[in-house]
Amino acid sequence: MSISAIARKASSLTVPASFRRFIRWLTSARVILSIIMLVVMFYLVIVPLYRMVVTTLTYQEKDLFRVPEAQVGEYTLFHYIRMLTSQMAKPYLYDPIMHSLVISFGATGLALAIGGGLAWLCIRTDLPGRIIITQLAVLPYIMPGWTIAQAWTVLFKNRLTGGSSGVFEYLIGQSPPVWLSYGPVPIIISSALHYYTFFFLFISAALVSIDSSLEESGDLMGASRSRILRKITFPLVLPAILSGFIMTFSKIMGTYGGPALLGVPVKYYTVSTMIRSAIGIGDKADAFVLAITLILFSMLLISINQRIVGTRRSYETIGGRGFMANKTKLRNWKGALLAIVIIFQVMVIVIPLGLLLMDTFMLRSGIYSLDNLTLHNWIGESVKTINNGSPGILRNPKIYFYAKNSILLSIWTAFFTAVLGVILGYVIVKGRGTRLSRLVEQLAFIPYVIPGIAFGAIYISMFSRQFGPIPPLYGTFALLVVVSVAKHIPYSSRTGVSAMLQVGRELEEAAQVAGANLLQRFRTIIFPLTSSGFVSGFLLTFITTMRELSLIILLVTPSTMVLSTQTMRYKENGDDQMANAVIIVLIVLVLIGELIISRFRGGSLSKGLGA
Amino acid sequence: MSSTIIINNLTKHFGKITAVNGVNLTVEAGSFLTLLGPSGCGKTTLLRCVAGLEDPDGGEIYVGDKLVFSYQKGISIPPGKRELGMVFQNYALWPHMKVDKNITFALEIQKLSKEEIQKRVKDSLAEVKMEGYEDRYPREMSGGQQQRIALARMLAYRPKVFLMDEPLSNLDARLRMDMRAELKRLHYSSGATTIYVTHDQVEALTMSTDIAVMREGVIQQMDTPDRIYHYPANLFIADFIGNPKVNLLDGVIDGQGSVHLGDFDLAIDTHNAAGKVVVAIRPEDISISTVHVPGSVDFSAYSVLPAGSDTTIVARRGKIELNAKEMGISKFKMDDKIWLKFDQSTINLFNKETGNIIANN
Repeated sequence: MSISAIARKASSLTVPASFRRFIRWLTSARVILSIIMLVVMFYLVIVPLYRMVVTTLTYQEKDLFRVPEAQVGEYTLFHYIRMLTSQMAKPYLYDPIMHSLVISFGATGLALAIGGGLAWLCIRTDLPGRIIITQLAVLPYIMPGWTIAQAWTVLFKNRLTGGSSGVFEYLIGQSPPVWLSYGPVPIIISSALHYYTFFFLFISAALVSIDSSLEESGDLMGASRSRILRKITFPLVLPAILSGFIMTFSKIMGTYGGPALLGVPVKYYTVSTMIRSAIGIGDKADAFVLAITLILFSMLLISINQRIVGTRRSYETIGGRGFMANKTKLRNWKGALLAIVIIFQVMVIVIPLGLLLMDTFMLRSGIYSLDNLTLHNWIGESVKTINNGSPGILRNPKIYFYAKNSILLSIWTAFFTAVLGVILGYVIVKGRGTRLSRLVEQLAFIPYVIPGIAFGAIYISMFSRQFGPIPPLYGTFALLVVVSVAKHIPYSSRTGVSAMLQVGRELEEAAQVAGANLLQRFRTIIFPLTSSGFVSGFLLTFITTMRELSLIILLVTPSTMVLSTQTMRYKENGDDQMANAVIIVLIVLVLIGELIISRFRGGSLSKGLGA
Repeated sequence: MSSTIIINNLTKHFGKITAVNGVNLTVEAGSFLTLLGPSGCGKTTLLRCVAGLEDPDGGEIYVGDKLVFSYQKGISIPPGKRELGMVFQNYALWPHMKVDKNITFALEIQKLSKEEIQKRVKDSLAEVKMEGYEDRYPREMSGGQQQRIALARMLAYRPKVFLMDEPLSNLDARLRMDMRAELKRLHYSSGATTIYVTHDQVEALTMSTDIAVMREGVIQQMDTPDRIYHYPANLFIADFIGNPKVNLLDGVIDGQGSVHLGDFDLAIDTHNAAGKVVVAIRPEDISISTVHVPGSVDFSAYSVLPAGSDTTIVARRGKIELNAKEMGISKFKMDDKIWLKFDQSTINLFNKETGNIIANN
């Protein structure tokens, strides 16, 4: 029975009018969709969170040999006491938290300096080649987050972790110091070089939208350039800076790749790598305690940020389009700054990719002679003594299977995310001012504060057995799609809201008056008119899912392995060249995907990011 | 082909604001009712309630003999089933559809036959004089053309009721004049009951068979344009209708048959009222002469504002200032002494306290 049939039936029965009014409210398009969205988010976010908390508060099977008298499932604070106060607390919890904070603050600060500086140069000055620089500036975001970390190991590997040496040692003739090879410094630098793109996009958008007459009026009053920058420009881009800050910070808090490649070899654990190792040895509840601390830190930071900027403005950037007038003349600095920017872009794009590519052509790592060059890693037959017997990746059917998984995962995730985004945008915009709309908006925001690896962790406990109508999903490909879609809800709802705001409500009302039902209105009016937001959201999700690691590393199984997780496995087996080759393949696939998707009308990466 | 619309005790709140407050209204089949009032008076909300785009908080609406909304009975028929058509202020043409798709949208939902749909597109475009525009996108047309297409879209599915929400307010003054004539003609030829929302009193006066003046969610007066103009129920309406504005002068009735205004008396039927009143004199009901005529009062011409077909003269006498209107270009100069004579049969008296008209004949 269709919903309208139920409504009709309800109105024909002799039931109280108040009940009928309630049914009518309940069956209105906005409310139905809101409720569906609430249920979806309840299952995707609230229930997993709840299950995770319950797990940390009950004895697990693994605990039986630590506490013999315990009953599995019995409520206890055991895990919290163990993780917070026992002698394990320092190495397992407090040190990783410190490390995570050092890395997150360090990398976010560096990313802000790079992204902000670059944005200012591209938007507000007469630097030559601004347009190309702008386009190249978002490239590092398209590459997997740990690409630069991986390249770093190729360059600065030292003998600490295994036989071979890096390019640095080959060129200088001396092993690089440990602090340069591993630990916080390289993690901070490599993360910043990936994540500065958020700042770049947000601050660029804010700078473009500032009407330069605001600055000119300061100029006319005799304020100096630096004063104008400090007192007028900076406060206007502050919301953009802060929204970039929370986005970057919470991403880096939850990031796994960089810390795993550059931290773990020297036992420099962050919360994210510690979660993985706790899961690895079966201490699920301990891992969840770690995940909860990560979530709490992330929430704390965001709430401080909200307080600074005022309610919820922080992750909106200044809207509208201003007029560009005066560009700062760089004069004598032009050449020097251009050189710096070019060197920088070569450093973050050409050198890492070059190093990785070069490494894939080497038979054995660390030997820099012509007879060590080979195509074996790409097209070689399986040889027992090389790469643990793996054939070249282009000959390896498993790699094709993983690539197929990656592509399917990205497409499904992007599709569901984009659809959800339009629906969320619809119910939030249509219901503006109602409690229901606010509730949907707030729920949709929650995954934002849950760092990637913690989000993956909460899904372990959620779907390991049947829950309500949902079958056990652990180990299935569907679970990867579900977790990826759920994690993207905050971004998709934001894209959806801004897309819906472009569509005047009369356009839908005109269709309503013409007799179109909800489905017809979505199909013929709402979806077509929000298609550019849809495509942008699709593109962004496709790219981020393609190279997602932190979120799914805890959830993949051999049959659901994707390219990104395979690089980590190769790396863990010591097959560095294979790992690098897979990264190259991944980047090529992402670029192809981007080219295809952005051909559709109006799709753009920066639009998808809400900038 | 038309329906009577009956609205009983309709109320709609937005939070603490009462947009429509207990409105009772009957729109006779085939009539053209204009909801007139300043912005924020609830006229658009009332229209949207009739359309089914808003859910009222009380009352009932009948379209024809069908109860389309009843708070008491918990009934609300969706907009598409109310057999009405609507034209929006900004036209609301779907930007991603060509003109013909815009028009056939509703017809395809109604599952009409191909031939019928083609015929309807042709007929409705002819009706608004837009033949040959089938393949245009809305953005490829001017505002006036888009307006016509919006009308054609509504005409094509032949609703029994037309709802129009300030359809002319986005057009320039000239186009607006042309479209008034077209809209009136359209109403005449289709005979559909029409509810039209505007804040423009000229539009209301020129097109409607009935006008309902609204203020703060309440209908102040519903009447024919003629009676609204000549016998406004209260000062608010008197002040709202007419261009140039009606002259409102404070006066006192001290006796029978005349009102004391400043330093002169105006002989008028006072309908046994007494005390403080407001006298409303339409500028065009004042005749001006250079010499004294019986019953006239001397003023001085403070400012003379010719506008081609007529001239507005701002006249002053002591603290009293009023506008008078004369046909053609006036021969008066500033500071000329002029004699004004008031057409007593057209003067309305209002109670100063309540603002209501005294003895509405």
